[in-house]
Amino acid sequence: MIDARKDFPILSRKVHGKKLVYLDNAATAQKPKQVIEAIKNYYENYNSNVHRAVHQLSAEATDAYDEAHEKTANFINAEEEEVIFTKNTTESINIIANHFARTLRKNDEIVLTQMEHHSNIVPWLNTAKITGAKIKYAEINKDGELDLEQIKKLITNKTKIVALAHVSNVLGTINPVKEIAKVAHDKGALVLIDGAQSVPHMPVDVKELDCDFLAFSAHKMLGPTGIGVLYGKKELLENIEPFNFGGDMIKEVTFENASWNDLPWKFEAGTPNMAGAVGLSAAIDYLKKIGMEKIREHELELTKYAIKKLSSIEGVEIYGPKQRVGVISFNLKNVHPHDVSSILDSEGVAVRGGHHCAMPLMKLLGIQGSVRASFYFYNTKEEIDVFVKALAKVKKIMGA
Amino acid sequence: MDLAEDMYKEELLEHYREPQNYGEIKDTDVKYKDFNPVCGDEIEIYADIKKGVIENVKFTGKGCAISQAAASILTEHIKSKKIEDVKKMSNEEVLELLPIKVSNLRIKCGLLALKAIQKGLLIYERKKHE
Ligand SMILES: Cc1ncc(COP(=O)(O)O)c(C=O)c1O
Repeated sequence: MIDARKDFPILSRKVHGKKLVYLDNAATAQKPKQVIEAIKNYYENYNSNVHRAVHQLSAEATDAYDEAHEKTANFINAEEEEVIFTKNTTESINIIANHFARTLRKNDEIVLTQMEHHSNIVPWLNTAKITGAKIKYAEINKDGELDLEQIKKLITNKTKIVALAHVSNVLGTINPVKEIAKVAHDKGALVLIDGAQSVPHMPVDVKELDCDFLAFSAHKMLGPTGIGVLYGKKELLENIEPFNFGGDMIKEVTFENASWNDLPWKFEAGTPNMAGAVGLSAAIDYLKKIGMEKIREHELELTKYAIKKLSSIEGVEIYGPKQRVGVISFNLKNVHPHDVSSILDSEGVAVRGGHHCAMPLMKLLGIQGSVRASFYFYNTKEEIDVFVKALAKVKKIMGA
Repeated sequence: MDLAEDMYKEELLEHYREPQNYGEIKDTDVKYKDFNPVCGDEIEIYADIKKGVIENVKFTGKGCAISQAAASILTEHIKSKKIEDVKKMSNEEVLELLPIKVSNLRIKCGLLALKAIQKGLLIYERKKHE
């Protein structure tokens, strides 16, 4: 058991007169008071612009902002200049997709998978449209797993970039990204990993995975909204043109020309999200104190427990593989996911119903949508019991 | 009363399980399909028009109980009505027809059928003018 609930003020609120059971963590995580306090402290005591002035407040804000890069880098075992702060995972992926939109040619290929979130499909559709490059999708089997043998055939000398989720936000599948990176590198392709659902829930080490780029969002790992991370290998980032242009990202500007600042600042144009960075720092401190291994273990136990309970309910169909993170997508026979979610909500249970920003995957599964329960380390078995009991109510009301 | 039971009253669920006017009309005047992209609800509306009046109306679709029941109730309501009146129907009027109070989050489900018929009628009239 991880005893963390007392740190999360929102977890003690009521919803429709019932205790909140928050099982929508794959959408966004709740924030501990340590994160909320850090942001408050920033605004109350040292808010100012970074990297610009020489006054004391700016020195403190700059230190905190730089420290956030350092902590984030440590967290994923990267170097400090390899960590770029963005708005979110989506923007991080767009920066790299935009680079490829400027450099790919007609016969080049982009490899994605069938289980990607829209944010790792739509930017590449744009890249393909601009360059004429072709997108190929790695297939999933009926359990929602990738087939490594098929991927080996799919990635060829024409492949320039392989972009895939580390963990599926619908199926909870953990993809063998390390093996895939090796296959891609052998063919001379680069690899971008969408870590939106992995970095918050398990240890992720960019050197161990040997990925070229990694994207994730602070808000799914206890941090605030509006700040995300793009990791890139230094030698690659050096040779990529910036995405946004303006202040802070330059070294020298004349009326005719500009030269770019050093990494990572080259990619951080304009006044950055300083309060967000301070919040992310506090979130990382919090996660490290508990330990990512321990978080993974606890969520694994919750997931096993939930799957066992759900499987015993007649009419429940669960999607996805046996080996997974704490994300469970399912349907209740003859009941639309939105009706399930609404009735669960009336019992204080927050889950997501719909296509989860993965419409192509839904189509592949032959469903319109699903209900998704997703856990974090602060969830408990008792909460899963409440959730399962609320499902019985859904069945009763809907006559399913 | 219980919140969920309030939202899923038996009267609504009857329309969901056994909808009125469910099915297609072949070679009809109005045929329009609309979606709620967020939920994936779908409604396709078909209507025969005679002298500016909706003579017959049917729908097909898939989606949540609220969207499908609302389509059943709305098609019952607009049968034999003038298309001018249907075009003018407000969201509030449609929500009033439903046997439940629809929560903010589900209003789009409740109004999908209205949106479909109103758009379908606009296209019908545009074609007639051509
Ligand atoms: C796998 C995956 N990729 C990308 C995203 C997009 O994250 P954001 O909306 O923070 O940019 C999400 C969030 O839902 C996700 O689950």
